[in-house]
Amino acid sequence: MSTLAGIVYLVATAFFIIGVKNLSKVRTARKGNQYAAIGMLIAIVVTLVEYAGLDWRIVIAGLLVGGGIGAWMAKRVEMTGMPELVALFNGVGGLASALVAGAEFWGKYLPNPFSKDFAPAAIPDGLSDQLGSSIWAVAVILSVLVGSVTFLGSLVAMGKLSGKISGNPVILPGRHVILGLIGVATLYAAYMTGFGGVAGGAAIGLIALAVLASVIGVLAVLPIGGADMPVVVSLLNSYSGIAASMAGFVIGNPLLITAGALVGAAGLILTMIMCKAMNRSLGNVLIGGFGGASAADDSRDYTNVKSSSPEEAAMVLEAAESVIFIPGYGMAVAQAQHVVKELGEELEKRGAEVRYAIHPVAGRMPGHMNVLLAESDVPYEQLWELERINGDFKNTDVTVIVGANDVVNPEAIDNPESPIAGMPILNAHESGTVLMIKRSLSPGYAGIRNPLFERENTLMCFGDGKEFLASILEELKDT
Amino acid sequence: MLVLFLFVFVLAIFTGFELISKVPATLHTPLMSGANAISGITIVGALISANADFGTAAKVLGFLAIVFAMINVVGGFMVTDRMLAMFASKKKKKA
Repeated sequence: MSTLAGIVYLVATAFFIIGVKNLSKVRTARKGNQYAAIGMLIAIVVTLVEYAGLDWRIVIAGLLVGGGIGAWMAKRVEMTGMPELVALFNGVGGLASALVAGAEFWGKYLPNPFSKDFAPAAIPDGLSDQLGSSIWAVAVILSVLVGSVTFLGSLVAMGKLSGKISGNPVILPGRHVILGLIGVATLYAAYMTGFGGVAGGAAIGLIALAVLASVIGVLAVLPIGGADMPVVVSLLNSYSGIAASMAGFVIGNPLLITAGALVGAAGLILTMIMCKAMNRSLGNVLIGGFGGASAADDSRDYTNVKSSSPEEAAMVLEAAESVIFIPGYGMAVAQAQHVVKELGEELEKRGAEVRYAIHPVAGRMPGHMNVLLAESDVPYEQLWELERINGDFKNTDVTVIVGANDVVNPEAIDNPESPIAGMPILNAHESGTVLMIKRSLSPGYAGIRNPLFERENTLMCFGDGKEFLASILEELKDT
Repeated sequence: MLVLFLFVFVLAIFTGFELISKVPATLHTPLMSGANAISGITIVGALISANADFGTAAKVLGFLAIVFAMINVVGGFMVTDRMLAMFASKKKKKA
């Protein structure tokens, strides 16, 4: 790498750092993302200019195909499908890092791995310009390992987020034994890849390593309940950064090392912030099984549930002077964010104070609700975070819960045995009347029953969120 | 050289920890998505591994690496921008 290229890489790194910094503030976030994108463009252009001997057909075809697919997916996605898409992008990033290491390893060490007359004793020095051969081999192994775990783990997370894979924790019998055996096999495959000294063995070892790591990725995410997927995606985001960083060691490129490490660390911090919002430790999330234990609880039927019609709900709202909306994933599924906003505006016109309470883990991703409400043009000032609004519920006439469940479950406070005990919730039950708009009495993502349904001051509004709210709105406008 | 790389690696990790200590919940998803796009930096590695001297197997891997890394980069930045554009446009209306 020439000095000039090195310096330009440094500039790109600076763009990334400034970009992430700006991304963490509302006012500058969009600019931050653009800075990061500019950094990426610089990095790509310099690489193309700097490195001689690239196969241009591959480069151009790859850039066009990959860029086209990425742009198409980004344009097409609905805001509600965002969490799955982020998980998918994250996964392919990890896969790319694993492939980079694989291509380097294959290209430099195993040009023709299965031919009879090719059998090097060990990885010769000089394959990597900067590192010794054994360090290089370790970096290859780590890239493939972490990259593959990220890829398959992200795909499972995506499946759980989109409902294609059951959100329930899947616990295999004897999974610790299985994981132990896979762990041993992985170590052996890693040894054969870098240090076995047999060309065919190294090739098979590398493939086995990728397959085993993929299995680990699947087994690691399957036992984790759907409600914890945001944390998982965030952690996998951190992994994909680490994988990129390791790939940087493989090709001896400091830009990959720094940018990857940056994402690895930032992703980990974000993961911690999200765990804290649920009052759980990261270890507790990763061990999994959350939400499965209480399944037996569901058999206890609800008593004293009061169900309500749109007319009744409209009457309640008409009298209200202060209203708080609590959106949840159900709002996203029903695409109800626009009608929520219209209803909010109508109530404001009638002189009520309208606010939106956003639980930090409402929806399938932190900030998910903010994005949806922003899409429907709800003013930023009306969105309140949990700590700021929780004291106000007792002075609020009506709380309208749209497709949220676990984040308003008073079990978190009342029942120390509950799996969600200690999780901060929005104290909707303290308000005068609770209108709970929901399809049925089914439990939420965490799979536990919600005694809020049968509280004295709760009216259950069964139906599709969007239709129900639209009927309320019609009623209000008629009067 | 290894020591130098490790230096850079560790310092970058510390920088990452320091960068985002306080983030409003609103920005968690865009930040995750934007950081994720940056991890697509592996595109640089993918381009370098498209070495003309490599054998067919390595070239196939290199090609796939470029495709997947580009999906991550282009898709990631665009989707993040789409999310953030919503915050921005609404602000302007308000002002």
